[in-house]
Parts: sequence; C-alpha cells; structure tokens
Amino acid sequence: MLSSIRLRCSASYGLRSYHLTNMRAFDELRKLEIFFMEETRRGCSVIELYELVQHAGNILPRLYLLCTAGSVYIKTKEAPAKEILKDLVEMCRGIQHPLRGLFLRSYLAQISRDKLPDIGSEYEGDADTVTDAVEFVLLNFTEMNKLWVRMQHQGPARDKERREKERGELRDLVGKNLHVLSQLEGVDLDMYRDTVLPRVLEQIVNCRDEIAQYYLIDCIIQVFPDEYHLQTLDVLLGACPQLQPSVDIMTVLSRLMERLSNYAALNAEVLPYFLQVEAFSKLNNAIGKVIEAQEDMPILSAVTLYSSLLKFTLHVHPDRLDYADQVLGSCVKQLSGKGKINDTRATREIVSLLSAPLEKYNDVVIALKLTNYPLVVEYLDNETKRIMATVIIRSIMKNNTLITTAEKVEALLELIKGLINDLDEPQGLEVDEDDFEEEQNSVARLVHMLYNDDTEEMFKIISILKKHFLTGGPKRLKFTIPPLVVSTLKLIRRLPVEGDNPFGKEASVTATKIFQFLNQIIEALPNVPSPDLAFRLYLQCAEAANKCDEEPIAYEFFTQAYILYEEEISDSKAQVTALQLIIGTLQRMHVFGVENRDTLTHKATGYSAKLLKKPDQCRAVYACSHLFWLEDHETIQDGDRVLLCLKRALKIANSAQQMGSNGQGSAGSVTLFIEILNKYLYFYEKGIPQITVESVESLIQLIKNEESMPSDPYAESLFASTLQFMEFQKQKGGAIGDRYEEIKV
Amino acid sequence: MNYLLGAFKPACNVSITFSDGKNRKQVPMKKENGQTALVPLFHSQDTISGKVCIDPYQGKKVEHNGVKVELLGQIEMYFDRGNFYDFTSLVRELDVPGEIYERKTYPFEFPTVEMPYETYNGVNVRLRYVLKVTVTRGYSGSILEYQELVVRNYAPLPDINNSIKMEVGIEDCLHIEFEYNKSKYHLKDVILGKIYFLLVRIKMKNMDLEIRRRESTGAGANTHVETETLAKFELMDGTPVRGESIPVRLFLAPYDLTPTHRNINNKYSVKYYLNLVLVDEEDRRYFKQQEITLYRLKEDTSS
Repeated sequence: MLSSIRLRCSASYGLRSYHLTNMRAFDELRKLEIFFMEETRRGCSVIELYELVQHAGNILPRLYLLCTAGSVYIKTKEAPAKEILKDLVEMCRGIQHPLRGLFLRSYLAQISRDKLPDIGSEYEGDADTVTDAVEFVLLNFTEMNKLWVRMQHQGPARDKERREKERGELRDLVGKNLHVLSQLEGVDLDMYRDTVLPRVLEQIVNCRDEIAQYYLIDCIIQVFPDEYHLQTLDVLLGACPQLQPSVDIMTVLSRLMERLSNYAALNAEVLPYFLQVEAFSKLNNAIGKVIEAQEDMPILSAVTLYSSLLKFTLHVHPDRLDYADQVLGSCVKQLSGKGKINDTRATREIVSLLSAPLEKYNDVVIALKLTNYPLVVEYLDNETKRIMATVIIRSIMKNNTLITTAEKVEALLELIKGLINDLDEPQGLEVDEDDFEEEQNSVARLVHMLYNDDTEEMFKIISILKKHFLTGGPKRLKFTIPPLVVSTLKLIRRLPVEGDNPFGKEASVTATKIFQFLNQIIEALPNVPSPDLAFRLYLQCAEAANKCDEEPIAYEFFTQAYILYEEEISDSKAQVTALQLIIGTLQRMHVFGVENRDTLTHKATGYSAKLLKKPDQCRAVYACSHLFWLEDHETIQDGDRVLLCLKRALKIANSAQQMGSNGQGSAGSVTLFIEILNKYLYFYEKGIPQITVESVESLIQLIKNEESMPSDPYAESLFASTLQFMEFQKQKGGAIGDRYEEIKV
Repeated sequence: MNYLLGAFKPACNVSITFSDGKNRKQVPMKKENGQTALVPLFHSQDTISGKVCIDPYQGKKVEHNGVKVELLGQIEMYFDRGNFYDFTSLVRELDVPGEIYERKTYPFEFPTVEMPYETYNGVNVRLRYVLKVTVTRGYSGSILEYQELVVRNYAPLPDINNSIKMEVGIEDCLHIEFEYNKSKYHLKDVILGKIYFLLVRIKMKNMDLEIRRRESTGAGANTHVETETLAKFELMDGTPVRGESIPVRLFLAPYDLTPTHRNINNKYSVKYYLNLVLVDEEDRRYFKQQEITLYRLKEDTSS
C-alpha cells in the first residue's frame, strides 16, 4: 500500500495523471486509516503510531502517513485536536514543491474536515475551540495559496500559458478551504468580520498574483452568506483597490453587487440594513477608487462596474433616483475625455447600463428625470445611439407610457436624437433600409404616446416635435410627418368650438394657427420625393378644416392638393387613385361657397376627363356626378350636372366599346355600362328629376343587347346582381319600391 | 584410528554460564561471520560472576597445567589485523595443574569490574569484552573458550546543552539559518529544529538531513578516517521562497547509533555529525555539517 505512495514521489507525472494517482492514493490512504484505527483498537498505542510513521525517510510518504495517523489520533481523542492539527499543518511545510504541496495540503484539509473543533462538533472541548479550527484552516489556506501562486513563477516563461491552465484546474483545491470556513458553525458574523475576512484578504492582497486574487475574491463573495458581505462591505471593498491592476475586478464587483441585489430582492426585510451600512455610497466610493487605482483599466470594465452598480441601486434603493443619477454622473465623468467609444463590448455594456432604469421602472419618464442620462448617451457612437433610442421607444410602447409635458418631450427627443436626425457622421456605412424603416416606424408610433389633455401643452409638444422632425432630413420626413399631422388633426378636433369659451379665456391655440402650422409641416413633404403622401395629408387637412368651418383654409389645402396633383403625380394609376381621393373628399366638403365649390368641382371633372385610359375616364366621370348631389345639402343638388356627368360617362363608355370592338372585344365596356347603370339607379332612387325612368330603361336595354355578345362572367354576374337588387327594392315597397315599380325591364 | 581421531578432537567441552544469566538482558550482536547472536549485556561496575564447566568426553581424561578465566577488554584494529590491544585484563586461576576425569565446575567472580569503554563495532576498529577460559596443556595445545559480552555505559544528562544555531550561505545565492534544539542528544532522542530560508536564488530539488558517523583510528600519520551516512532523512521537497521556515523533526530511535566516543584509549574516536544537504536541480549539493554529541541515557526500567 505504501509503495504506491512512495512510487509517486519518485516519478514526475503530468498534472492530470498526478491528479489521478492522487485520487487513487487518497483511496488507499482511507483504507490505511481504517487499518490504523483497527490497530489502535487492538491496543497499539496511537502515540507510538504517530511517531512510527515519522520514521519514514522520504518526506512525501512520511507526511501523508502522518496526516493519516494524525486523523486517527484525533479520533481517539488522546490529545487535543488543536495540537495535532497545528502539528500537521506545520509539518506540511516540508513540501515546498507547489503541486505536491497542494495535494498534500488538500489531503490534510480533507481528512481534517470532519474533525475540526467546531461549535457543536464532538471535538470541541475545553482546550479546543472554534478559534483553533479557524486558525488551522486559515493557516492551511495561506500555505496552499502561497504554493499555488508560486506555481506561476516556476519553470520557463514559454510554458506560461500551460501553467496558467494547470493553475486554473487546481484552484478549487485552494478555494475548498474557504468553503470549509464558510461551513463552520462557529464562524459567525463577528468571527468572520474580526478574524476570517481580514486574514483571508491579507493573504489575497499580499500574494500579488492576478489569478489568485481574482479567483479568491470571487470565492469569498460566493461562499459566505450575503448578510456577512453586507456588514463587512467596507472591508471587502477596501481590499479591491489594492489588488493587482490586471485583476478583472469588474467581474468580481459585479458579482458582488449582483448577489447583494438578489439578496435585497428576495428579502425585503433586509433593506433597512442596506441603508444602515450605506451600501450604496460604499460601493460607489469603492468603484471610484478601483478605477482610480487602475489607470489603464479598459473603458469596458469601468462601464460594466457602473452598470452593475446601477442595477444594484435600482434593486436596493428604487426610491432613490438621485443615487441612480449619481452613478450615471460618475460614469459620465469616467467617459469624458475618452471620446466616442469604439469598443463594441463596451458599447453593449452602456446600452445595458442605460436600459436598466427603463426596465426597472417601466417608465421612461423617470429616466428622463435623470439629468446625466443623456450625457451618457452622448458617448455612444451613432449606430448605438440608434439602438438605444429604439430600446427607449420600445419601452415606452410596451408600458404605454404617456409623456405629457413639453419639457419631457424635449428631453426625450434629445435622447432619441439618433433616430430623428442625421447625425454628423461620415456617410461611411449605410444603414440597412429595412432597419431604417423599422426605426422610423417606431418613431412614428412614439408620436402617439406624446399626449396631453390640455390643448396648449399639446400644441407645445407638437411644435417641439415639428422643430425636431423638420431637421430630420428627407428620408425621415416620409415617416415622421404623417403621425405628426394626424396627431395635430386630433388636437384640432379637441379644440373648443370657437366662441364657445365659457371662461372667456383667450385661447392661444386657435384652429387657424394650427392649420398654418400644418401647412408648414406638409409643405416640407413635396421637397422630398413623396408628393403622394403630401397630397393625401392636404386632403386630410382640408377635411379637418371643413369640420372647423374654415373655408379659406380648406380651399387653400385643396389648392395645394390640386397643385400637387398637376405637378407631381404623373403616373396614371396614381392619378386615378388620387382623383378618387379628391372626389371623395370634395364630396364631403360643405364649407365651400358656391363659387369655390364650382371651381373645385369643375377642376375635378376636368381632371377626370383627362385621364389616360377610357375606362378610367369613364369611372372618374361618373364618380364626379356625386360632387353635384349632396343629400343633406340643398345647395349642392344640381340634377342637370349629375345627368351631364352620367351622360358623359356613357359617351366615354361607348367610345371605349368602339375601340374595344376593334381590338380585344367589348367585355370591359359592358362592365362600364353596368356600373353606370348602378349610378343611374342610385340617383334615380334619390329622386333626381333629371334621371328618368326612360333613361334607366334604355340603359338596361342597351346592356341587354350588349349581353348577347360574348361577354365575361364578371359582367354577367354584376348585371345579374344589379337586376336582383332592383327586384329587391321593388319588393320592399314604399316610396322607393314605387319608383322601382315604374322601371320596366 | 579412534585414538588418532581422538587426538585431534578437543578432549573436553568447556562452557561458561553466568550466575544471573536468566535475568540478564541480552542484546543482539553481529558476529564476524555476519550472523547476529544474543549476547548478555553488562555495565561498568557490574560484577561478572558465573561458572566454568569442563566436561571431558566419554572415557577421556584431560591433563592440564592449570585452568584460568580471563576478562579481556580488547581493541582490535582491522588494518592491523590480529593485533589486539588489551586495555583490561583480569585473571582468575580456577585450578592447579592436574587431571580431570569427569565433569567439573568452577565458579568465578570479577567483582565490580571497571569497564570504561563501550563495546563498539566499527568499520576499522572493534572494541570488545570477552571472557576467555584457558585449559593450559603442555604438549597438545591449550583448550580455549570465549564468551562475548556487551558493555554499555549510561551517561548522565548533560549540564549544558545549548542549541545549535547558525547562519550560512553562498553570497547572492542562498542564505539559510538553521537551528537544532540541542547539541547533545541521547540515542532515543528527537532532533527538533527549523531551517529558515533568508535568500533563495537557486532552484532546489530537495533538502535532506543526514546523520554521519566519523570513525578515526590510529594516530598521527597512521590515522584512518572512515565516514558513514547512517541516516538520510528528507526534510523538504521543492524550492522554498524567501522567508519560509521548514520544520525538522528527526527521531533517532530507528537508526543504529552509538554514543559519541572520544579518543578511546588513544586508539580511536567515533563522532557524529548532522549534515544538512541541499540539492539543486542540477544535482549540485550544498551542505553544512555540525557535530552533535550522542550519549546513552539510562532507559526506563519499564521499557
């Protein structure tokens, strides 16, 4: 059994196989321990045994045996555990070879684990107190750490990487000691604060080894309870600036803060303690010091630290907005003088830093209160600013946050400037079209979240929006103007009807003013290549003006729309659609006086006749007929002109048919006839005297004749359903039924 | 033929027994042929008493010119083979010349014999005590019988027993300070100590503590010095860093040690040294030797 151990010290193994051999040896040693135990039960003196094993000439087997015998010795309780433990840990100094020493001491730690004179342990006695147990573990820990650190400095420099890897594999051996400490019942807060932590930290700081410092600090944070950390925060943090500059302190601190915030989140009752120990200011100071101490700390680390701190304070002191602002302020200070950040990971960190308050409060308004918030945003590159802005907007949309004051809107726009303006960036990389559209759409959505019941405030908001949007450049206007217009129109609708102001207050926001404002906005559009959009918006505005009884304004809007139609809309299909829109809108207008209306309708019919394709012409013309007959407005009931329009439509349909018969058949024109018939019926039903029974009948006859020719199913079914409709109206009876009764088919 | 054969055979059987032979402690002793035999143990001032029994073979008579027993203390130098030097010689005449026909027993006693030196079996020298019975015969040679004794002498606890403390080093390379708790150890003692590393600029493989025995024999130009390493005890494995202190705990019991002998009868000395050896990675050895004095402490009667 012993030969296997002896074998081990003579051969030099690779780390892995050494590890394996060790594991096997540990097993063997356990058997040996049992054997020793039996021996002592048989009457062999354990003291003699303890001496006997020390006769071995080779140190490594000797010490393994000694540890094993020591374990038996403690079990027999023939001597105070503390004496034996002290002796063992002292004797183990003989192994200065890092790897072998680590394993030996880890064996010592393993066998002694259940034999420490902890509170409540059977080995606790008058002479053995938990202090001794702690002392022992600390000593062993210190020695192990020294050995572990020393590994770094042995062997040729070219093996550095391999060595670091090996050390990484061994670190748990060292860390286990801390774990043992944390498991000791007797290590209460006082013990931890007064003995354990200072000693461990001293060792960590003094070892000046980056791997060890990083791992062990992290170990401390992970193995000891949160409340200990909370109460010893300043001690723990005090050690941080003393670590080697290369230590990844940010990860360590982030984890600490993460733990503490989780702790706070899970146990609401501990929050007072956080206040009591001034956790925030301590952390804040510590971070400041760390950053100061590590001059060439990458910006990423600094930002990560602040990000964690911010998350921490958000969790722990959700009510202390000033803390959050303070964090951002420190962050700004750190970033200043570094220019824009180029490191992508750092940028990502900043985004997460900035997102944290949004996520926490679910309310962008609170973020707007943080004065340093926009300052941090400043340091992002344009790309990221855009991303950040999208995040903000998404948050607003998700939570349906209404932003109600002009001031906040101003601040918000400042934040999302990246989306609204072309930033002064070199036009190097083009933004993806789809992304751009996506972003602008979200801005458009955002517009609707800016809302105030008070019209004046609302107008201010809108004015601010306009100011910002108009600087946005042609590409954006297309997206931003429509929601703005819509929003403005909404506002108009809410305006008190003029003269209906019970308080006699002079409303500073008048419809006229707003319309002027609208005009200005829309004017911007034709400059960019989206006349179509401008055209529609003009019509919208005209309609709104109509509602407000603002004739000149409405007329103006229409004029603008017509101009656009004439000058900008050249595509025939677009023209058709545009014309339909004009007709539809115009039909509903009632503010116009006769003269204005005539001008406009005349113009509209004129446009209709000038369309390129006959069917389009025909359809536009018969649509125009509606312009002359408004049911509710006596003033606009001109049967002659309705008839004129319809006749004109018929004429066009005819000529279309003739052209068609030369060409590809007349199927299309039949459809036109039927459609015109429908118009006839409509007006006939309305009782326009100029639409006579005869004219309807003759039209039906005409269609029937045409029907005999090869036709298309669409026309057939259309005609059939028209006839069916007539039949239906007849059945209904009443005045309308009577009128239909007169039509003989 | 029978007569002839009988002439070459010793005519009688001589045996020596000690009066307290049953109770006396016996210790193993290595004989010249390599075997170990148990030999009675005496101390200085002991009274050596017993019986010599002469038992002639059947039908033989032993004519003699006298029977005597001698207690001899001898120093034997191997390089001067066969040349004994008796430093003690006591004689008891047991019988006047005559004839012995049958078994005859002679009691003898050497009261409170001064045996100043311990039995020692070294490389070049041997010190032994022996009882020698001589049946003197004129013509056919005397009949001789030997009985070995082992003598061990206890020493009192030394009055002064300072620790050994010393700083040694190689400039800019290695500086250590070592400390052994005593300079005089008894044979079952434990050497405790510490090695402090004050400066380490070399890579070390291990550090051993050796117990060396230095036996010098002869005098003047004829001095022969023989050094043996009796124990090699590993103290440290690997390279320490500055400030480390390595514990020393060496039990002497398992090793075959004798007390320090200084100038025994002007013939030889046996001295012991602790040799601290550091071996570097290129197998160079750095060492520092320190003499220690070993003495025999009276053991507990119980053990």
